Amino acid sequence: MGAYLFKRVLATIPVMLFVAIFIFLLLRLTPGDPAAMIAGDFANDQQIAEIRERLGLELPLWKQFGIWFGDVLRFELGQSFYYKKEVSELIRTRIEPTFSLSLMTIVLTVIIAVPMGTLAAYKQGSWFDRIIMGFSVLGFSVPVFVIGYALIYIFSVQLGWLPVQGYQRIGDGIGGWAYRLILPSVALSVIFVAFIARMTRTSVLEVLGEDYIRTARAKGQTETKVLMRHALRNAAVPIVTVIGLAIAILIGGVVVTESVFTIPGLGLLTVEAVLNRDFPTIQAVILFFSVIYVLINLLIDISYTFLDPRIRY
Amino acid sequence: MAIAAQSPFRQTLRRMFGNTSVRVGGTIALLILLMGLFAPFLGTRDPSDISPRNRNKTPGYEAMVRDYDGNKIPVVYRMGSDTLGRDVYSRVVYGARTSLIVGAAVAFLAIAVGLGLGLVAGYFRVADGIIMRVMDGMMAIPAILLAIAVVSLFSAGLTSVIVAIVVAEVPRVVRLVRSVVLSIREEPYVEAAITAGTPAPLLLVRHVLPNTVAPLIVQGTFIVASAIIVEAILSFLGIGIPPEIPTWGNIMAEGRQVFQLFPHNILYPGVVLALTVLSVNMLGDGLRDTLDPRFAKRV
Repeated sequence: MGAYLFKRVLATIPVMLFVAIFIFLLLRLTPGDPAAMIAGDFANDQQIAEIRERLGLELPLWKQFGIWFGDVLRFELGQSFYYKKEVSELIRTRIEPTFSLSLMTIVLTVIIAVPMGTLAAYKQGSWFDRIIMGFSVLGFSVPVFVIGYALIYIFSVQLGWLPVQGYQRIGDGIGGWAYRLILPSVALSVIFVAFIARMTRTSVLEVLGEDYIRTARAKGQTETKVLMRHALRNAAVPIVTVIGLAIAILIGGVVVTESVFTIPGLGLLTVEAVLNRDFPTIQAVILFFSVIYVLINLLIDISYTFLDPRIRY
Repeated sequence: MAIAAQSPFRQTLRRMFGNTSVRVGGTIALLILLMGLFAPFLGTRDPSDISPRNRNKTPGYEAMVRDYDGNKIPVVYRMGSDTLGRDVYSRVVYGARTSLIVGAAVAFLAIAVGLGLGLVAGYFRVADGIIMRVMDGMMAIPAILLAIAVVSLFSAGLTSVIVAIVVAEVPRVVRLVRSVVLSIREEPYVEAAITAGTPAPLLLVRHVLPNTVAPLIVQGTFIVASAIIVEAILSFLGIGIPPEIPTWGNIMAEGRQVFQLFPHNILYPGVVLALTVLSVNMLGDGLRDTLDPRFAKRV
């Protein structure tokens, strides 16, 4: 177990290193002066000279990478010339809304998608199964911003039940926080539900064909117990794996959803940074999201030993 | 009754066109393709022709508009007009062109690049380690962010959007092709060819490449769908195709400010976009079930 953990953690290092190199090269290998690009349109010559000095642009490329990577490890992500702030500070203030939205979406998805997929598998071929599968293809095809605007139009503009946009910090009251997150997280969870329900159905279907399910039924176990205790528990590993992989979709969706609902999180920060050609921020946010994505999948890999005692490394 | 012997190719075709998903998805996709091709003949106007007097009109509004020769002609705004008085219907119809070009170009380029890299990675052990580590690293950056990163470096335009989405899609193609090559190279006929001294390039082209065709057709279809969505997202966020070119994402981006009063700017392109992606996804699902149940996966 200890050896496996060590190996698994070690295996993420080349991936992370590549991500860092890619994001580093993004700016260096494109035509133009990286210092001028980092400084943005609002900088004067002196600022550009300072940046050139700090990045060590006269040094060989690998030394430049060393300087940049050292800074990143110390969470010194440079200055945003557009926001006139440290990028690390920007990320700190923007993380709460993104985290809230993602958490709410994942919780909502699991609550809806897992029972849906399990039931669809249980009633394979029935009208319920067909509806779920049809919804799954549909949910995968309707972009999140179309869903978002449809929901805003129905529930905010027409019915007036929920706010059109905006975010309230959790520190300012949990009620308002949750109230404002309902529409965005529902919009974002549609594609997620479509995906997870489909995967749950597939893995539960596979398990339902196993001998121990027949045994459980033969000994008179209720169908609910068969599904919950025997089928779902054994299908958990592939479901959790897929949730981990779908974090990539979630992150992409967060960028769009925050933009639609004007939630001041990291996704909106990304879009603003690109619109203002604020390169230190773009680099930092992409690096940050990628690290989170890799770490979540690392944790999920490790969690298998707890989910399924048969897995021993 | 004697049944005429059918070639395996014909059997596959029969199975393909007998599939409901393929029929329905294919028909809708074909209609949208035709809509893009014949955009000028579908009762459309110049999609960038602005009309300050007819701004923000609701669907079905009728007005007299001067054409380029100065003659007054009657115009029906079937899907309303946007904040500049442009005809949303014409913009939606012409917008199909951008989406289809992006979808087709991305699928073609991503498969061309991914096929090359995947064949090399799957067949040559030395290259495998390097190529796959790079692909793992690229897959660690969520696709939309990767596309955003690439787009942010270049000036906005069709080419940079296509390149950005290709970069994000290539790793998945490489993985798919590599997995096909890894399983095929164990086949007796490949081993026989190796024993017979077939040079590696010839072996790859003659014996391995044909096996990748079916999974790549399926994967290519899904790439078209995802490229259309990503292009729409980039344009909607204002970092994709420049706003003067009508694309579904751009029409929605321009409609955002007045959305609460005039939802038609977002409704119509949104529905057409969703329908297009849905039809392509259905086509892909059907093709996967009939062409190749083994390799193609959605993840």
